[in-house]
Amino acid sequence: MEKEIAFTIDGKNVEANAGQTILECARENGIFIPTLCHYEKTTNVGACRVCVVEVENARSLVASCCTPVSPGMVVRTNTEAVRSAQKMIVELLWSSGDHNCLTCEQNGQCELQNLVYWLQIEKPRFEIEPPGYTIEDTNTMIQRDLNKCVLCGRCVRACNEIQVNEVLDFSMRSSHAKVGPAFDADYINSSCVFCGECLQVCPTGAIIFRQAKFAGRPWELQKTRTTCAYCGVGCQMDVYSKDGKIVKVLGNREYGKPNNGSLCVKGRFGMDFIQHPDRLKKPLLRHNKNEDLKEVSWEEAISFIANKLSAAKKKSGPDSIAGLSSARCTNEENYLFQKFMRAVIGTNNVDHCARL
Amino acid sequence: MAGLAASFGSGAMTNSIEELEFTDLILATGTNTTENHPVISSFIKRGVRQQGVKLIVIDPREIDLVKYADVWLCHKPGTDVAVLNGLMNVIISENLYARDYIAERTENFDALKAVVSKYTPEHVEKISGVSAKDLKKAARMYAQAKRASIVYAMGITQHTSGTDNVKSVANLSMLCGNVGIEGGGVNPLRGQNNVQGACDMGGLPNVYPAYQQVSNEAARKKFEAAWGVKLSAKPGLTLMEIMAAAGKGDIKALYIMGENPLLSDPDLKHVEKELRNLDLLIVQDIFLTETAQIANVVLPSTSFAEKEGTFTNTERRVQRVRKIVDAPGEAKADWEIISELSTKMGYSMKYSSAKEIFYEVINVTPSYAGMTYERLEKEGLQWPCPTADHPGTKFLHKDRFSRGLGLFHAIEYIPPAELPDEEYPLFLSTGRVLYHYHTGTMTTRAQGPSERYPESLVEINPLDAEKLGISEGQIVKVTSRRGTIQAKAQITQKSMPGTIFMNFHFAGAPVNALTNPALDPTGKIPEYKVCAVKLEAA
Repeated sequence: MEKEIAFTIDGKNVEANAGQTILECARENGIFIPTLCHYEKTTNVGACRVCVVEVENARSLVASCCTPVSPGMVVRTNTEAVRSAQKMIVELLWSSGDHNCLTCEQNGQCELQNLVYWLQIEKPRFEIEPPGYTIEDTNTMIQRDLNKCVLCGRCVRACNEIQVNEVLDFSMRSSHAKVGPAFDADYINSSCVFCGECLQVCPTGAIIFRQAKFAGRPWELQKTRTTCAYCGVGCQMDVYSKDGKIVKVLGNREYGKPNNGSLCVKGRFGMDFIQHPDRLKKPLLRHNKNEDLKEVSWEEAISFIANKLSAAKKKSGPDSIAGLSSARCTNEENYLFQKFMRAVIGTNNVDHCARL
Repeated sequence: MAGLAASFGSGAMTNSIEELEFTDLILATGTNTTENHPVISSFIKRGVRQQGVKLIVIDPREIDLVKYADVWLCHKPGTDVAVLNGLMNVIISENLYARDYIAERTENFDALKAVVSKYTPEHVEKISGVSAKDLKKAARMYAQAKRASIVYAMGITQHTSGTDNVKSVANLSMLCGNVGIEGGGVNPLRGQNNVQGACDMGGLPNVYPAYQQVSNEAARKKFEAAWGVKLSAKPGLTLMEIMAAAGKGDIKALYIMGENPLLSDPDLKHVEKELRNLDLLIVQDIFLTETAQIANVVLPSTSFAEKEGTFTNTERRVQRVRKIVDAPGEAKADWEIISELSTKMGYSMKYSSAKEIFYEVINVTPSYAGMTYERLEKEGLQWPCPTADHPGTKFLHKDRFSRGLGLFHAIEYIPPAELPDEEYPLFLSTGRVLYHYHTGTMTTRAQGPSERYPESLVEINPLDAEKLGISEGQIVKVTSRRGTIQAKAQITQKSMPGTIFMNFHFAGAPVNALTNPALDPTGKIPEYKVCAVKLEAA
């Protein structure tokens, strides 16, 4: 689309498309405006006012995430008035919650903490008065501490606009306002399906991955992108691990298709099986049917199978042997399995549970 | 899959997941999408709530998707063909079908028209319980949408009429010119992470990779040259046939990689007998599954988090799997185990990595030929991707069907193999629930999902519960001609009167002890969605 609206931002003459917001244009032109409630692909609500800018001849500062540019507009993002308003907002948010980074899992990746640092605030000018909510730890997957909630509403929009599960909303008013399921229920007693999109978008430590608590600081974790092993959607996800242990799973919007960063309860919270003590660790063998399975070496197990299969092939023909490959294994392994059955055993008796 | 291949020439999902959000109408049938493909359901729900996409749900249960639907056709289990024929009857009799498209791109329309003419809305109402009024409304809505996508899953395929159901879905889509366009198509949602890939790679008895027929001489010659051995021209047995042959003693040895038929297959008592009849049962898995427990040899393999490789998702997208942690103990990747065994048996397989195998794959798999690990690094590619500069294929059958012309099939409604009667008065339908996966090997070992859904539940309509004197949470006994199991009752409107629903995740309440092993004659899929049972308080 051709750019059609000319305007000025921080003294720079730029062009925008009709309907683009000041924030979008600023980002396109490499100008940083801090944000907090803003979240791509959800409604711009202008709830936090952290993204305010000065627009010439406007009556007051405007929220850049919600203000479309207009022809000839003159925008300033870094004036004294802007900074002082941003500081005020961040100090108010800080002082109205229990933002104690010492014990917070989000320490190091908290967007409120980043704002405080970026705005160079030493301490808030107001007395810190957390609302005193009880921490919600009634399920093993998602922990909520509304004392750290900045009411940005990202979780509400993620639940309603991204996952469309329609569980979360705001309730109460003014300083009593809070986010959560209907009737102020805990997640576990609500219609929540534990997709975890809310913890993914939460800018602070208000909604966190409970099983990852005390399992590693953000900067200690190693991130590996992979493909989820549950259903056929093939969600791209980041698996975080520390010292060879899986800590948590997050989606990543940057990976795009097929899931645009969303996951479901199984992908996000269903990975305990990988490092479960029940995992098989050694080959097991029984020489006759009445024996128990006994641990053996790989050498013994492979020799046993090779001898048995060769004997069966010789005695009863290749078609007396069959194999089931797996919708759970990789393409490479499925390829090799059918190659083994066809080229080594000599039969086409190979199938898998596609039908089940 | 057989159904779609017969209609279009290719059995895969025709279109892409992302298109669902921006089409004009979605018809979802036999898919409980919010529970089985939750992330795909969010595309559908966003479409409905934010983009004005219309949604028709055809399902015998009041699944969550119904909440988002414009029309819900609640049919009796197993009457899918009747309902689909009824929709087509209305569309044809009201002249709402795509005449030019049918003339140019399809064949055998007259045969379809003749059969469908019998399925008037009134007749269909008698068979299926769907009101003539709702049927007409849905038919008009579907036909008048500029682009309409059909999504379905095992609710369509797991019937003795599964292949017929799929062909009927394909008929409906072609009737309105919806195949071969963006936002349209016929989209089977694959239930397992790599079921598409396992099929693509030739994990099927009749085909080599990329669906090249084993009975086709040219294809066989090609693989004989690639692998340096003579190959059998005789198509092999399907899973259910393998089991039966094991029972009869014709199959002596069975090598199972990563499957658990002793919980997933129908009529379990029978399956166990068949497996125990083998001389040699080899199971390669990450846990000592129900099947592994009766094996002669169990080989510990690695999970997806402990190896490199690729999976192919439901929309034909090949994506990378990467190693995150080390395998426990002496567990080895499946490809390493197969290579060692093969080498031991005198056929040398010396691969240094999964990547090396992938390069062999692309050489013999035309639809994957243009892919490399490097190209897959950032974003997966959708097959067909025949050359190194091909961007992959978002939707199939554009301008031309894989088989040339799209083929209409004239399909008559056939009732399920087993219907409720006096002794077994209820329908039992089976499937998955959101919090668990398949035979539960993985999810029952996950703390969170198990907390949310700790044990098997029998979903019963309040009317049935009252009639039988069953209360919420009570242990009930469910009995079919094949077996009895016990589980807790969950009283819910989701189940219609006369139908109960159970999942197959829990070994403690193995619903496949009840299910009917009657097979679809073409697809060889067992009829998991319908059998007759009786219910009583335990």
